[in-house]
Amino acid sequence: MIASWELAMIVFSAVIVTIYGIVVGLFLLGVDRKLAAHMQARVGPPIRQPFIDLRKLLIKENVVPDNAIAWIFNLAPVVALASSIVILLYLPIGSIYPPLGAYGDLILVMYLLTIPALCMVAGGFASGSPYASVGAQREMVTMIAYEFPLAIVVVAVAWRLAAAGIQDPFTLGSIAAHPIWSVAGPLGIVGGLLLLLVMAVVTPAELSRIPFDTQEAETELAGGLLVEYSGKNLAMFYLSQGVKTLVMAAIAVAVFIPWNLSSIVTLPEGVALVADLLFFLGKVILVMFLSVSLVRVAMARFQINRVVSVFWIYLGLIGLVGLLLLMADAALPAAGVLA
Amino acid sequence: MKLTRSFNRSLWAFHFNSGSCNGCEIEIVAAITPRYDPERFGIKLVGTPRHADVLVITGPVVKKMKDRLLRVYAQMPEPKVVMCVGTCGISGGVFYDSYNLEGPVDEVIPVDVYVPGCPPRPEAIIHGVVKALEKLERIQGGGR
Ligand code: SF4
Repeated sequence: MIASWELAMIVFSAVIVTIYGIVVGLFLLGVDRKLAAHMQARVGPPIRQPFIDLRKLLIKENVVPDNAIAWIFNLAPVVALASSIVILLYLPIGSIYPPLGAYGDLILVMYLLTIPALCMVAGGFASGSPYASVGAQREMVTMIAYEFPLAIVVVAVAWRLAAAGIQDPFTLGSIAAHPIWSVAGPLGIVGGLLLLLVMAVVTPAELSRIPFDTQEAETELAGGLLVEYSGKNLAMFYLSQGVKTLVMAAIAVAVFIPWNLSSIVTLPEGVALVADLLFFLGKVILVMFLSVSLVRVAMARFQINRVVSVFWIYLGLIGLVGLLLLMADAALPAAGVLA
Repeated sequence: MKLTRSFNRSLWAFHFNSGSCNGCEIEIVAAITPRYDPERFGIKLVGTPRHADVLVITGPVVKKMKDRLLRVYAQMPEPKVVMCVGTCGISGGVFYDSYNLEGPVDEVIPVDVYVPGCPPRPEAIIHGVVKALEKLERIQGGGR
């Protein structure tokens, strides 16, 4: 049984995490737009632009099309936002242990990640527009495509930690406490880098950004999944996009660059917490810059049939090679005992 | 409908071609290039009328496009502004006596801002957007 004070703590931290997720998520979207603008030699919107957009969307009329299934159409954005916030409760933020860290691990996070995408699919099908239906089908195909390489990354990292004799290799707490780089030998580090690459390519697909934004393709599908959404509902999808950006960056940070400032230099209690949070934010922005902003400025959109082969064939192979290297690393005693 | 300041700092535009010769399109595309960078002011092009605050119409309304124009206009959520870019949309322009013309844009739907020119320069289009913002500010001041 969960004691009542513990329940109160969880509820309290859930409220904090919700506010934090929404604010930081929108901030990340703003930073992304600013960085992309600078890369194109533009001034770009102010960093608080997403907040302005959100406020505008909230005063717009909320249209529910006549031929839409109204309750699914209205429910999908709420569930999408809620489920992306729930994932945050399982992820470490700086040096703060995740509020629900004891109740779920990386596998659960992987499953939860599909819920916002599924909500968008449901919302797309429910909006009764052919564009949205095509978008929803593409979203499903993309989801099936990137799930496989993502699973390889998760399993490979956890397996290597388990081979090094670490307890509960799937919980984010122990993954963050034992970075893969400190556990693995030289071979394993090469494998880890390959997995990092896979993770970096999965991130834009998960966030449906260029080059994997086939489901929202504005030029072909007129906004795809979101074609019929307006006003409040669109604002909710916009928010969940921001929170999902934070989630994906936080997962990459927790699995691959989990170090905290306070573990490198000794700092007084209160300062350490703030420093860690800022350092975490810096890492999140770095991850987002490399795998979202940079890629989205530099590349064009993939065709939907290419998306599947990119993920299943190329990234699947890269991920498997990474996994094999990690296994070889654990099997060869000379390399394996460096930990 | 109560408008707040955030509305005119985040205008999303949907471009609709009601029978234009494509000259105006080229200038609209020129107006969203990095050289003019309207995203500084939160202006961006969106792919669907449902997300849009501004409807940018180019060209005169031809017979086949009238119904579509009315439908796209109805699909946009309130509050909305209509901008008519190019002489064609204002008077019919070079196509004024064409046999398949329904008329200038403002005979089909209400227009808020006109941008004359054949085609108008990007500066003129941006100026038109500024006029649209001023109109929105007036609406904010007086209520609707
Ligand atoms: S105003 Fe001129 S450039 Fe624009 S659509 Fe008409 S003829 Fe073409």
